[in-house]
Amino acid sequence: MSTTTKEISVGDIGARGAEANTKLDGDKMALNVGPSHPTTHGVLRLIMELNGDLIEKCEPVLGYLHRGDEKIAENMTYNQFVPYTDRLDYLAPLSNNVAYALTVEKLANLEVPPRCQAIRVLVCEMARISSHLLGMGVFGMDAGAWTPFMYTFTEREKLYTLFEELTGARFTTSYTRIGGVARDIPEGWLGRVEKFVDQLPKAIAEVEKLLTRNRIFLDRTEGIGEISKEDALAYGLTGPNLRATGIDLDLRKDKPYSGYEQYDFDVPIGTKGDCYDRYLVRIEEVLQSIRIIKQVIKDFPTGAWYAEDAKKIFAPPKEKILSSMEELIQNFMIVTEGPQIPAGEVYFEAENPKGALGFYVVSKGGGVPYRMKIRAPSFCNLSILEKLAPGHFLSDITVILGSLDFVMGECDR
Amino acid sequence: MIDEDFTKSLLDKHSYLTQRESIDWFTVECPGSELVSFVKAMRDDEGFELLIDLTAIDHGEGAECRFSTVIHLYSLVHRGYVRIHSLCLDNDKPSMPSVSDVYPAANWHERETFDMFGIHFSDHPNLKRILMWDEYPHFPLRKEFPLAGIDTPLPAADVVEVTKASVEPAPMMGGPFVSSNSGPISDSEPRAKDESWTERKEKPL
Amino acid sequence: MTANDVAYNGKVEGDVIVTRADAVINWIRQHSVWPMPMGLACCAIELMASAASRYDISRFGMEVMRFSPRQSDCMIVAGTVTYKMAEVVRRIYDQMGDPKWVVAMGACASTGGMYRSYAVMQGVDNIVPVDVYVSGCPPRPEALLDAMMKLQDKIGNESSVRNLRKKKSVASG
Repeated sequence: MSTTTKEISVGDIGARGAEANTKLDGDKMALNVGPSHPTTHGVLRLIMELNGDLIEKCEPVLGYLHRGDEKIAENMTYNQFVPYTDRLDYLAPLSNNVAYALTVEKLANLEVPPRCQAIRVLVCEMARISSHLLGMGVFGMDAGAWTPFMYTFTEREKLYTLFEELTGARFTTSYTRIGGVARDIPEGWLGRVEKFVDQLPKAIAEVEKLLTRNRIFLDRTEGIGEISKEDALAYGLTGPNLRATGIDLDLRKDKPYSGYEQYDFDVPIGTKGDCYDRYLVRIEEVLQSIRIIKQVIKDFPTGAWYAEDAKKIFAPPKEKILSSMEELIQNFMIVTEGPQIPAGEVYFEAENPKGALGFYVVSKGGGVPYRMKIRAPSFCNLSILEKLAPGHFLSDITVILGSLDFVMGECDR
Repeated sequence: MIDEDFTKSLLDKHSYLTQRESIDWFTVECPGSELVSFVKAMRDDEGFELLIDLTAIDHGEGAECRFSTVIHLYSLVHRGYVRIHSLCLDNDKPSMPSVSDVYPAANWHERETFDMFGIHFSDHPNLKRILMWDEYPHFPLRKEFPLAGIDTPLPAADVVEVTKASVEPAPMMGGPFVSSNSGPISDSEPRAKDESWTERKEKPL
Repeated sequence: MTANDVAYNGKVEGDVIVTRADAVINWIRQHSVWPMPMGLACCAIELMASAASRYDISRFGMEVMRFSPRQSDCMIVAGTVTYKMAEVVRRIYDQMGDPKWVVAMGACASTGGMYRSYAVMQGVDNIVPVDVYVSGCPPRPEALLDAMMKLQDKIGNESSVRNLRKKKSVASG
């Protein structure tokens, strides 16, 4: 491919978008932000109408990371799709893996053994910590504080090391399978997780020292981007963004899955639903996740780590495949035809760091789903932006976007 | 909890509903003409404040009723879901009334469903594509649309002029291998499912 | 003498250094690569990781991530390039001042990777010339750092002066 020196005119998409969407009169100005812009955390694009510094209209444009995940899912077996779930909310891949596996298991009416459930809860909470750490760090960066990002990333790197030991990859983990997980936890790993969560509160305290009572941070976040309870429900918000408005909806409590009912934890809720509340809720959720992790480790079940009775669904471990004919055939069938899932439809949601990640699967039997819809929390959380942004200053949009903590990977799918 | 009393009274109150078998949540089928008033009643009278999801299913070109929409509602009172199916009566120009007046959350979901399936939502405030670009001519999640895609020009003419790039069908060689589950072994052995462009078949012109 | 050698004359020691223009220009360019982080998807997180505390890309003089194409020399395309995004990537590339380089980070940016679907461009090299491809989904920060060092080597071997003249003659002729 040859280089060209011709420059394409910069009367570009911003101007074009504005032309199409607004008829400007008087002092109003059209401003295009993104899709490549540091505040948009990926490839979100906003077309705004400004009156001076005040936003009068804000239209988000999505789809710059639409990769066709739902169509891909219709074209492959259930297990083949697991790696794609990693790349939905790529800040917490493990919890996506778990949510997906639980959905298909629900359709197959399959119960996994307690050890597998405990592993899943453990990795989900670790994923939540990792996602909220980044959320906090980047939020600080959006409000003008660079240092917290470095602190939280240090902790994330420690988590990456633990994930790598467990799954073989730093963050595209693909850890779950339908009916189990890819492998049992390595020896001594639980101890290392415990060591990590023991030192984590100190690191969180450091971040809090930098942000929570920082005057500049408070001025930029308190009272900014307030969402009322009614609006939050009307726009289908879930996760920390909904809880910050004061609504107590946590699927781990309401519809416990994977054995969450055994663990004792609180659901933090906010009062005003502004950017600051959303930040506080996330910090508290990290501390609650630490609580859950400690309980899981303290009472870690022994036994099988995959559903041994699910002969047509879970491929047995490698050493069994290589030594027994029956298991070899079982493995061959699952690899070629996919796990055999009965016909029917199922909807399941899990409480992910960003909100409720739902999968709606329609199956006509066999190894390939007929239709799979992914209900992405970021997609719904972002839809409130059209309502939320008007009336704020342009500089607030950075903070509002940071506090909504969305990921375009799952928003556009 | 969503128990039998609740479901029975709901079916009594709204006579146009038919219940459907379901392994997880209470599922009803609601005719499109009653959909808006039904979800409004669900929100105002029954406490289903959250529209969780709205999507559609393509039942295939041969199906008697090709498209249907699916709505999932969640209630903070009952702490449970309700699923609402609605069939689109016209196969060629599928349409459905928009519920975005009742639930603003439906706005983007309906735009996405329109984008992916071409289902027209009447009275929608801003029905245009949300994920693909505005000029894109196809509806990707329809069953006849190949995963690899169809040749289409890119949106920006000046970029195309310099780069000569366009939307090309993605190569499917070595793609996801799925077996068909039936027939003689030569047919049922695993192969790339979407064969719009493979080593055996030339890229379509 | 190769382009990399910086020699000096002992008689005027301390005052004059004699070298080839290419060596000086490349030396400067090599050690002040300002990347334009074209963060599109998952790879962008690893790009952030390589800028953050453990991997610290500033050891190579590349920490000056500039989101403005006018201020940067090297576009790191980190993530899946969809057809909708392709136009934007190309425009940003065109807005970058010469000399400029492109690193395709990860499988998606290099070839489309695991996303063989209707919406994904099968490799960013369909729209911009790529200098270094990095494998991995996503590549580890080490892999990105290695790629950036490879890019430095590539920059070091360029005939910068000749390129300058060539471009001028194209422009005038």
